[in-house]
Amino acid sequence: MKYVEEFRDQGLARNLAASIAGEVDPKRSYRLMEFCGGHTHAIFRYGVQDLMPPNLHFVHGPGCPVCVLPIGRIDQAIALALDYGVTLCTYADLMRVPGSERRSLIKAKAAGADVRMVYSTQDALAIARADPGRQVVFFAIGFETTTPPTAVALRQARAEGLTNFSVFCNHVLTPPALHAILSDQGAADGVRIDGILGPSHVSTVIGSRPYGFVPSEFHKPLVIAGFEPLDVMQSALMLVRQLNAGRCEVENQYTRAVTQEGNRKAQALMAEVFDLRETFEWRGLGQLSRSALKIASDYADLDAELRFPLAPGEGREVRGCECPSVLRGVKAPSDCKLFGTVCTPENPMGSCMVSSEGACAAYWSYGRFRPTGTWEARPEAGAASGRDPGSIARAVAGAT
Amino acid sequence: MAGPERRFPVRLDLRHGTVDLSHGSGGRAMAQLIEELFQRHLDNDLLRQGNDQAAFDPPPGRLVMSTDGHVVSPLFFPGGDIGCLSVHGTINDVAMAGARPLYLAAGFILEEGLPLKDLDRIVASMAKAASEAGVPVVAGDTKVVERGKADGVFINTTGVGVVPPGVEISGDRARPGDAILVSGTIGDHGVAVMSQRENLSFGTDILSDTAALHGLVAAMVTAVPGIHCLRDPTRGGLATTLNELARQSGVGMRIREAEIPVRPEVQAACELLGLDPLYVANEGKLIAICPPADTETLLAAMRAHPLGAQAALIGEVVADPHQFVQMQTLLGGWRIVDWLAGEQLPRIC
Repeated sequence: MKYVEEFRDQGLARNLAASIAGEVDPKRSYRLMEFCGGHTHAIFRYGVQDLMPPNLHFVHGPGCPVCVLPIGRIDQAIALALDYGVTLCTYADLMRVPGSERRSLIKAKAAGADVRMVYSTQDALAIARADPGRQVVFFAIGFETTTPPTAVALRQARAEGLTNFSVFCNHVLTPPALHAILSDQGAADGVRIDGILGPSHVSTVIGSRPYGFVPSEFHKPLVIAGFEPLDVMQSALMLVRQLNAGRCEVENQYTRAVTQEGNRKAQALMAEVFDLRETFEWRGLGQLSRSALKIASDYADLDAELRFPLAPGEGREVRGCECPSVLRGVKAPSDCKLFGTVCTPENPMGSCMVSSEGACAAYWSYGRFRPTGTWEARPEAGAASGRDPGSIARAVAGAT
Repeated sequence: MAGPERRFPVRLDLRHGTVDLSHGSGGRAMAQLIEELFQRHLDNDLLRQGNDQAAFDPPPGRLVMSTDGHVVSPLFFPGGDIGCLSVHGTINDVAMAGARPLYLAAGFILEEGLPLKDLDRIVASMAKAASEAGVPVVAGDTKVVERGKADGVFINTTGVGVVPPGVEISGDRARPGDAILVSGTIGDHGVAVMSQRENLSFGTDILSDTAALHGLVAAMVTAVPGIHCLRDPTRGGLATTLNELARQSGVGMRIREAEIPVRPEVQAACELLGLDPLYVANEGKLIAICPPADTETLLAAMRAHPLGAQAALIGEVVADPHQFVQMQTLLGGWRIVDWLAGEQLPRIC
């Protein structure tokens, strides 16, 4: 397939692996946080860690929209569907996210709520047009990538005079989350991060400029990285080079899509339709000021939160669930007592086990043959072995 | 008097008529539907006897039996429809024991309002598939449910077959060292069906691979009677089927992504939809596991058959107490190929 295979080429991967193996300083370690779930997915899906030297570790970041949505908002969505009897349109991943008391939208649907899985905001609009007698609510989540389509839908609904359509808005912003993660570093339980693989699709919208605080305030390098496995590897190499040279800059690996300014048209659209919330709760990161969007007053009549007054959700975490620590990169999924015992993708206790972009789901679905807590060695045929860590990386590097 | 009165003075309106509750009532309307639609297409000696059961003498050998419900949406998709699918699906389940399928039975659940034109087309397609496969439908049943209680038509088929002597194919027979083969490109059926879904429709030339595999199986069993396992990777795709076999046999598997045949169009559609072809349904493919010494012979036999022309060796069975299916990725790293979690593609077959 044109334009995709090039980014999954084994020969290029070997070259990159050889460069990284050749350039890392064996006397230090490199802890690189990949911000987005899309990166996490690529790393696990393609076994990228196997191609890295043993002293380079990926730390999984919070950039999974489903994962950072606080439980209280899931509770409220369930209330919209069950108590107000609206047709709730949602992306598939959200259906199985557990709310308080292990409720979920999929269980609400089974109990008779009208919950529809949609692929886009346009599907939700179509449902509203087709049945003017029903209140249709779009459960909007996501970072800056999914925000412009929601803005378009709001404008369309306004233009068409669709009075039975509204949006339950949970859109969040990337830079404040990154800021919170990096501020966390000094804390006793804080995570050590040497560099950041920056968001890819988000950056197509916001550009590379908003990340300037990462080097200036926190003295860390950031490389905006695409979601293909070779993008991730090349970005890791760029971070290694910055760290080795003592540089900290915002660099852009994903130049085929990201510019410094981003997508001005999308930004203008977002500014027209949304306002900043003073504060918003993030799962794992807590309340972050000016980190999320609400529907602007001009569009307030399409705001589901105003149309259907909702009590704050209970937001009760499952006891023992480490999603909050996993989302900050403080703990690995396998550090959680629930991981793989009672919490699996079929029976998720926390959001990180639901989405394919969640670190727990990626660990479980792609990586659980690895011995607990280690990423260095691939065991032979599933049984833990005393194999030399990093031998695969060297073997791959040596094969070029 | 010129013979008995005509049973059905007015013929069934196959152009504009629809199924109504009387077609499942057991009365004259049902008798007419059976005679003018089902029997007309599926006609054979056993069905013509008009009994509530088909009676036949089993040939010598071990009998196998299988059943499969079909609820695919939409009813018609590129490369097939629910009719031929319901014939192929059960023939394949029977054939995966290395068996020669003998007979099918079919149960129809019709939704009130289904156009008779559609039903006629579906049953004609079943008849064609059964006739091409040489496996007649010898018993049937029809029920009608109220509008909204089904989705057009659901078809359950049951098949019986006989296993040749000396063939011992079972999902628990994979052994470390065995070779894992697949008969062709994966994911075609699921993507063809998805391409027609209302909320997803996208332009593609991909056709469902729906096909009866017993001819291919016969050629394989003749070439290598000692095949250990056969299974058709339908719902849940290749990934799920390998996990089933690993679990059943108590072994692990190691496969290589680069060796797995996937059409570029299917790969592209999966990219677009965020799917992994390993988990997308097939209806005309099989996985074979055989002793390592037989690999080349079996592969050659598969490739010599039209339905196995793109057969490939994709990996090996290994000893693994965890029963993991592991895959070397295109990049050379390793990962697990897990069971399908949840239901990504509902009502695919």
